[in-house]
Amino acid sequence: MHYLDHAATTALRPEALAAMQRQWQQVGNPSSLHNAGRQARRTVEESREQIADLIGAKPADIVFTSGGTEADNLAVKGIARSGSKRRVLISAVEHHAVLDPADALVQEGFLVERIPVDADGRVDLVALASLLDDEVALVAVMWANNEVGTIEPIAEIAQMCAQRGIPLHSDAVQILGDPQFEVAAVPSVALSAHKVGGPVGVGALVLDRNLDVKPLIHGGGQERDVRSGTLDAAGIAGFAAALAAPAVDTRPLRDELITGIRQAVPDAILNGDPVRRLANNAHFSFPGCPGDALLMLLDAAHVAVSTGSACTAGIPQPSHVLMAMGADEAAARSSLRFSLGWNSTGEDVLAAVDALPKAVERARRAGGRR
Amino acid sequence: MRVVAALSGGVDSAVAAARLVDAGHDVTGVHLALAEKRYAGGGRGCCTLEDVHDARRAADMLGIAFYVWDFAQRFQETVLDDFLQEYREGRTPNPCVNCNQHIKFAAVLERAQALGFDAVGTGHYARLVDGPDGVELHRAVDPTKDQSYVLGVLDAGQLAASLFPLGDSHKSEVREEAAARGLLVADKPDSHDICFIPDGDTRAFLRDRLGGDSGPIVDEASGARVGTHPGAVGFTIGQRRGLNLRQPAPDGKPRYIVDVDMSSNTVFVGPPARLRVHGFTVDRLRWTGPSDLLAPLIDQVQLRAHADPVTARFTPTGAASGEVTLAQEFSAVAAGQIAVFYQQDRVLGSGRIISTGG
Repeated sequence: MHYLDHAATTALRPEALAAMQRQWQQVGNPSSLHNAGRQARRTVEESREQIADLIGAKPADIVFTSGGTEADNLAVKGIARSGSKRRVLISAVEHHAVLDPADALVQEGFLVERIPVDADGRVDLVALASLLDDEVALVAVMWANNEVGTIEPIAEIAQMCAQRGIPLHSDAVQILGDPQFEVAAVPSVALSAHKVGGPVGVGALVLDRNLDVKPLIHGGGQERDVRSGTLDAAGIAGFAAALAAPAVDTRPLRDELITGIRQAVPDAILNGDPVRRLANNAHFSFPGCPGDALLMLLDAAHVAVSTGSACTAGIPQPSHVLMAMGADEAAARSSLRFSLGWNSTGEDVLAAVDALPKAVERARRAGGRR
Repeated sequence: MRVVAALSGGVDSAVAAARLVDAGHDVTGVHLALAEKRYAGGGRGCCTLEDVHDARRAADMLGIAFYVWDFAQRFQETVLDDFLQEYREGRTPNPCVNCNQHIKFAAVLERAQALGFDAVGTGHYARLVDGPDGVELHRAVDPTKDQSYVLGVLDAGQLAASLFPLGDSHKSEVREEAAARGLLVADKPDSHDICFIPDGDTRAFLRDRLGGDSGPIVDEASGARVGTHPGAVGFTIGQRRGLNLRQPAPDGKPRYIVDVDMSSNTVFVGPPARLRVHGFTVDRLRWTGPSDLLAPLIDQVQLRAHADPVTARFTPTGAASGEVTLAQEFSAVAAGQIAVFYQQDRVLGSGRIISTGG
């Protein structure tokens, strides 16, 4: 199989597996006061320090969670609920892990507004500037888009928010693992382990200690009283080990993939910022091809790709990201994401490029048949 | 062959798919998303999350790929809109027949063929038999489950690209086979309702969408008003329940709906004798082969999915219309119903009932 859906989840790195196996063989709750507990706690804290070091954060800022979705929920709802301000600004291209908690805040009387993006999916900074005022409780802009791969101008946005003293949350799930990534001056950042070769079910919110946040999960207060639940020492060790594993630069393969797809399907359109984009992302629209038909045909050719988000039943939905970038519904339904990972090879790229022309031709024939 | 197995989430389609795999076909499981309000959860019918789950698990156990194909818009534009339009005009449509004609063996089949598949297989109980002039559609061997009626709208091209692996089996055998294969849906109850009206309350569904004012229920013979209906839409000829008539009939016998006039919003009632017909006219004729060859062969007609066939004669009156004369009286025939034509067990074609003659 040629797996080109690493943005959904990537293969476990052997280093992570080894670290988890070590810890799973030990008994001990990190909150217990005896030696077994201390050893488990030590694993958690060493992992915390290692992760902090790798992303330029302070260890004390890291709050471990059950994953990126919980980290986003904790940030969006927790920060908004901690004060009296009632406006929440989120980019129009956020992941559902940010969109949905923001929508939930509307029920509580918050005014949630979308920050528009340009045709490449980059947040419109002029529009953002016009939206910022003293009533804004939180701004949320993802670091890099999970669908089209555009990297957002987070440094500029962080500066604009800091000048007004407004907390900024950024979902950095997709960019984590990029050697250049540092949380720097962003006060709230969501991370996930399984996108970098760690286990599913572990994530973190890197949260400035000066920021007030209302907990979502009560019961023990294990993580700074902000998050409760027994710490998953093995999972956290796997997270740190995956992040510390030698970085793999997927840019050359990504560029091969983009060039190859353009040659194989000349009218394919690359979505997202062509330059400031994730090192592992190639996202294309194939005019006239239903994305779900393409996915199925590539699946049959043993090439695994994604159409973006699907509903609970498994029906691909028109991408809200592409719609926010100005695409119509037909275009938003005719795109595919190819994403590379640490174990991707040139053969994977070739297999995708080879399978595409026939799949596109067939999907196009099925085009209007829905 | 490369085959799309339509997986509804029920036991029949799961066993049908299993048999297609056993027959050596390259099978891909597809669940059709058809519902108007999609996957809100709960409820029964063909469009619930539970059915998607059951279909997916059946595909897992058969080791075949599985996808959900979204035909909700097409379903809305063909089956649902036609369903409402027929009722609006006082007819009684059969949406399952329509779905077979326009969705399962049209939209789905066309998409499958465009994507490189050769055929669509379903869990319908019907048999495809190779005849001298091509494939013929025949009744299933299980008379209690025979579904050849709802397939009577398929033409030769559609039949040639269809597979019905259950036609030679009895339902009990299919359930036993499902259990033996370890399919989790072996005990799942059969679905009976219209899939997009899971609570079975067709009139409430229609009232919500078509509105309608209350109006008179009139005794056809005397012209006397004998009751009030909450809206004529959805009342069907032959229906007795839901009329809430205060006065009994003079002869003390039950009264049935004998006519519905949408233009005057009037429901007419009368004695059961008034429901008996000797024939009717049909339009929207569909044939399983060349009509000039098949029409003269008609010896029986079936008027409902679970009705006994009636000996009949067919006389064409135009390219897509004709008259059907019944050898014996048949009770409660409503315009909009589908008449399926048979020669013994073989389906020859079908038409939509337009008007009935005493």
